[in-house]
Amino acid sequence: MRLLTVLRTPMGVVASIILVLVLLTAIVAPLLWNDAAEARNTANLNSGPSAEHPLGTDVLGRDLLLRTLVATRLTVLLALGATGVALGLGILFGAAPVLLGHRAGRLAVSAVNIAVAFPGLLLALVLALILGVGELSAMWAIGIAGAPSFARLCQTLVASVAERDYIAAARLAGKSRFRILLRHVLPNIAEPLIVNATIAAGAALLAFAGLSFLGLGVQSPSYDWGRMMMEGLDRIYLNPIAALAPGVAVVIAGLAFNLMGEALARSLSTPRIPVAWGMRPRRPYPQKAEERGDGEPADHLAGPGHADSSEPAGPAAYPEAVLTLRDLRVSLPGHLGCLTPVRGISLRIAPGEAVGIVGESGSGKSLTALAAAQLVEEPLAVRAATLKFCGADLMLRPQSTRDRSRYQRLLGRSLAVVFQDPMTSFNPTMRIGAQLVEGMRFHDGVERSWAQARAVDRLGAVGIEEPERRAAMYPHEFSGGMRQRAMIAMGLMGDPQLIIADEPTTALDVTVQKQVLELLDEVRSASSVALMLISHDIAVVRQVCDRIAVMYGGRIVEELPADRLAEQAQHPYTRALIAAVPDMNTDLDEPLATIPGRPVDLSQRSAGCPFAPRCPLATQRCHEQDPALIPAGDSGGAHRVACWHPVVDAGRAALAEADRSAGEPASAEGSELS
Amino acid sequence: MQNRWTAFALRRGTRLIISLWVLVSAAFLMIHLVPGDPVRAMLGPTAAPALVDQTRENLGLNDPLWEQYLRFLRGLFTGDLGTSITMGLPVSEVLAARLPNTLTLGLLGFVLAICLALPVGATIAVATRKGRRRGLELSFASTSVVVATIPDFLLGVALVAIFGVTLELLPVAWTGGAESYVLPVIALAAGPAAVLSRIVRVELLSTLDEDFVRTARAKRLSSRRIVLRHALPNAVTAALTLGGLMLGTLVASTVLVENVFAWPGLGSTVVGAILGRDYPLVQAIVLVYGTGVLLVNTLVDVVLALLDPRSTIGDQ
Repeated sequence: MRLLTVLRTPMGVVASIILVLVLLTAIVAPLLWNDAAEARNTANLNSGPSAEHPLGTDVLGRDLLLRTLVATRLTVLLALGATGVALGLGILFGAAPVLLGHRAGRLAVSAVNIAVAFPGLLLALVLALILGVGELSAMWAIGIAGAPSFARLCQTLVASVAERDYIAAARLAGKSRFRILLRHVLPNIAEPLIVNATIAAGAALLAFAGLSFLGLGVQSPSYDWGRMMMEGLDRIYLNPIAALAPGVAVVIAGLAFNLMGEALARSLSTPRIPVAWGMRPRRPYPQKAEERGDGEPADHLAGPGHADSSEPAGPAAYPEAVLTLRDLRVSLPGHLGCLTPVRGISLRIAPGEAVGIVGESGSGKSLTALAAAQLVEEPLAVRAATLKFCGADLMLRPQSTRDRSRYQRLLGRSLAVVFQDPMTSFNPTMRIGAQLVEGMRFHDGVERSWAQARAVDRLGAVGIEEPERRAAMYPHEFSGGMRQRAMIAMGLMGDPQLIIADEPTTALDVTVQKQVLELLDEVRSASSVALMLISHDIAVVRQVCDRIAVMYGGRIVEELPADRLAEQAQHPYTRALIAAVPDMNTDLDEPLATIPGRPVDLSQRSAGCPFAPRCPLATQRCHEQDPALIPAGDSGGAHRVACWHPVVDAGRAALAEADRSAGEPASAEGSELS
Repeated sequence: MQNRWTAFALRRGTRLIISLWVLVSAAFLMIHLVPGDPVRAMLGPTAAPALVDQTRENLGLNDPLWEQYLRFLRGLFTGDLGTSITMGLPVSEVLAARLPNTLTLGLLGFVLAICLALPVGATIAVATRKGRRRGLELSFASTSVVVATIPDFLLGVALVAIFGVTLELLPVAWTGGAESYVLPVIALAAGPAAVLSRIVRVELLSTLDEDFVRTARAKRLSSRRIVLRHALPNAVTAALTLGGLMLGTLVASTVLVENVFAWPGLGSTVVGAILGRDYPLVQAIVLVYGTGVLLVNTLVDVVLALLDPRSTIGDQ
């Protein structure tokens, strides 16, 4: 019985215990104390708590503790009865589409929709008038009042089951609708119904207490908790406990049903994960404190023989880079040790330069971009030997609030970020114009009218027609391409030095993709802004960028000037990416080229080159040692590759391997993350 | 643009009118659904047959059903809702005297619930984000569950016992003064505030993970501004949908709370009217409550449409 799994949760155990106690009291108390609860002690009317009567006595001198206990049965029975009525009617109305066919079913649905809008108590009041005052009519009233919400739940559940194959099969087999409901539909929606009935029983108990409290439920000489509260309230100055004690009973019983329902809901809907509790991360984070402590950041990228090669490539002529990353790492401390999706990225972007980062999903390229933009959130952690933007060291924790706001202002004004999905990246409740001016007004405190004028100007600059009218619109009134333009315009509000564009065209139509890319290119050349363009599409990157970094498994595996890409790429992965791009000569009858195998799984990383499992040139060494990113032969440092068997020429791959593997020292990289 | 708003108004207006018609008809039929003779049920088995006939005549129950229905509708538009049997006053006068007290109570309760739920829910959400401050989260969760489970009338009784009877700080029943509002408004607001603050927390947490919040962070706004200006308005739309539904139940809660505090509103009136089988009065009060709930639901939809232009307008 799946319902019993509830006993495995602490909440379920507590709820079960209370519920069993309540039900036991309901059964036992009237048997034991029925007469004692009726016994009148005329010498002791309306007394407060005493040794003889722990909760005091009522107006006829009857013991309130015993009466509260005895009243449990009637209270619980009436609540369960009302729940039964609600459940039965709810199933009837909810299953109407199955029972009566579509048209009558639709009618039932709309009837339920109207009835659901009215509060249950109101219905109960009306019914109390129609059916007359008394416990049975109150039971029906609360049941009927609760039926609409059950009916709606039931309709939803039935609708989800009704389309399944076995129902269709039963229908084809000519079984009656009623039989289909009983045999095929109800058993499949039983669990959510039971869960909700349990919660509803708690609600019915409270509602019944309310009706009895108003005098519209249980009538004298019968008594339930609600009626006892009503009688107690009249004499609250004499003995407040008389009103409160049955109230506490109501809360306990109501809570028991509620908790039970909640616990059932949780244990049924959430699959059990066996070792979820008490599991500590065995290795919180691979400690490299000793390497960090000496002020000389350890170089994990290079093997011992290449200490210098981790210096970001690019023409050495750049005096000051816009962005400098050295050994950037993003890690996710977790239960199963520590995952490191980005492990040692070094990159430098010069003013006005366009650098593309290419890789499959899961290669860490987007995380690299977010980390560079300082937008990585917990639980992910960013570490880097250097992370400098426009000369400011972002790895330093700002000491004062002034420093902090200076940093924020620098980033806010000079670093523009364009996100992947323009549909979700704008605040749907704010006008586009307001979203554009916000950052500027926050950091520079400029006047609203001035900022607004600039926003309109920027929208015009990115090619949005009627920018004035557009600025007053909401994001949902923009097309995807227009939103991405507006996003770029937002980055141009300040004084951008770098635009980080994280797959800016992935979510867009192919025709719009080109326009957005051209816009980015335009913006860059017009205002000499640097660009970091993240994409999984090597063709897109090649079109726009000066330099390309290819990422795989959280590392840069090759970095090269864009003009070398077509002919001189050396890493087998880069080669494969290029080969996978169809061009005008691609034979459309052949299947498109793909890279066999699957992207690297972070949790199962081996010591060797991450691409080795999919690499046609992989050797034993590739599986054992991770190659360092080192300058490729004739490039003068602008071209770097991390491969034991770089493809200097596709036809001479084997030869190249023989050359390289001869005297190459082992990399330290492989051992650190296993 | 204009068309979408018109379509929305038309759609929502139609729904309101149909619901109102159902409500009015149900209120009218109420008296006819009473098993047996409603007048006999009202006057009791010992009443003289002549009196029963007279009362039936006075209530117009001898006319054909459709004529009664038309008269009922006409009465609604002219404000003539009949005469209360138990009070001997025109029903409209009873409503005019009692409705304002109920309205004030209900509105104050709602305002207090919102004013508590938003800041509390938002603060807890921000403080417990990403699994921080587990203890705070746990104590908030358990407190709000317990508070939400305590029925409003019971809370009212407890408040009376503590602040009225024991501490003698506040009046135990209606006095007409401002201080007599304190306890009933708290009793009304506590439960909805607890439920609502949980919803606000959950909604805000999921909104904080949305892409546009990251965009706001990319603008390097202060976290206060990100929460208040970007996340909260988007979280509130969902909270408001449920809050609106709760406003409907709040209307019902006033019935019970009024009875605890002997509040001279509709809620204390309706109970006496039901017990006395005062059909015209019950009909009128049910109409008022029902209309109130329907109007509130419509209002919530309109506010939602204004807050979140995507949601209500356009699709569906």
